[in-house]
Amino acid sequence: MAEVNTGDGGGGHGKHDKKRAKKASTRIDMTPMVDLAFLLLTFFVLTSTFNKAKTMEINFPAKLPPTAKPPRINNAVTFLLTREGAEAKENGIYYYYGEFYGPNNKDGKPATTFTKTDFSKEGLHKVLLDRNKLTIDALNALEERYKKKEIADTTYKRLALAEKGKKDALTVLIKADDKAVYKNIVDAIDELNICNVGKYAIVDMGQAELDILNAVKKK
Amino acid sequence: MPKIKMPKSNPSLDMTPMVDLAFLLVTFFMLTASVRVSEPVVVDSPSSTSEKLLPDNVILVTVDNKGRAFYNINNGEVRIKTLEQMGKQYKVDFTEKEKKRFAGMTSFGVPIAQLKQYINMEDPERLRVKSPGVPLDSLHNELGDWIQFGRIEAARQAKAQKDKAEKAGRTFKYEPMRFAIKADGEANYIAVKEVIKVFTDKDIYRFNLITNLEQGDKK
Repeated sequence: MAEVNTGDGGGGHGKHDKKRAKKASTRIDMTPMVDLAFLLLTFFVLTSTFNKAKTMEINFPAKLPPTAKPPRINNAVTFLLTREGAEAKENGIYYYYGEFYGPNNKDGKPATTFTKTDFSKEGLHKVLLDRNKLTIDALNALEERYKKKEIADTTYKRLALAEKGKKDALTVLIKADDKAVYKNIVDAIDELNICNVGKYAIVDMGQAELDILNAVKKK
Repeated sequence: MPKIKMPKSNPSLDMTPMVDLAFLLVTFFMLTASVRVSEPVVVDSPSSTSEKLLPDNVILVTVDNKGRAFYNINNGEVRIKTLEQMGKQYKVDFTEKEKKRFAGMTSFGVPIAQLKQYINMEDPERLRVKSPGVPLDSLHNELGDWIQFGRIEAARQAKAQKDKAEKAGRTFKYEPMRFAIKADGEANYIAVKEVIKVFTDKDIYRFNLITNLEQGDKK
């Protein structure tokens, strides 16, 4: 009890009490049990929350029927993923805009040249932001309207999706050669998602492209 | 001078509510935590900024850094049915006990001819043994069959559940089967492409790529 003992009287009284027959306490010391409970609690908290798998959804293009013409792509950029360096340990990424023209093509167009970039903020990210400026600006405008409550939640989502899928929106093709690793692909797709590119596909690399790529890599 | 005595208060406090709470939480975490079973292969998946969680109803194909493929369905009942179908197709008989053991296993990476032996191994031995991976070349496309049968059986089970729910007057929420690929970041892209080709040959074009969550700034 929280009472202040003053003088000798109170103290003497307490001393006297202790000499009486001891009553067995009904209380148990619960500290070890609490220790154990919290130990288990910590264990389960730590093991359960770090175990969630995250996923990235991706659609692959369906196979075209053999009679169909390959679709024309308006505003395209193609990324070529590979590994280079002495032991093929460095991630290499090259890109070109528009359609591919091999050397000595029958249209008489100059052969496509590849530009090298990298996975850093100044590399791939910047290229995509520049090329996808129209879509990103449109999306920002939409978001502005959404924040001002001019459009509803669902409308915003629908419009944003439509904006990304517009006919003249940036289309990205990802091609990987036989040295590229899975991580390169995921990094590239991740960057596309970050930069709001709505239309992208992973496609096979043509032989002509591979030849140029290998020539560029050797330099 | 008079002695000043400090108030004597009981230092032990009532811990019962705390213990109650602690055990309540322990019970909660124990029941919600999924048992992590050791996989036959360790895969270091690449990171991305995607925050989507993996759906429950999924056929998972794991690709390790050497390009071996492992197959898994996380629904025990469908697993057994799929195993039966595969046994019929490849003329391998599985006993009831083996089917039961198979239902409790995780992903596996052995050809169907070795599967019987693999199922009958004890757990530690199973982890030690080196899996060759599920064959997926065009001559022995076992992975394709596993995917196809798994998908059919899952649909059949969903149908049965739907009928049962409708008979009881409840509404049944159908969750479509998803297809997930969990590949090692250092796995060669060609190996992953082979697996994707197995899926696209079965007219499956939408995948979930499993990634780790990256702590990056999202713009």
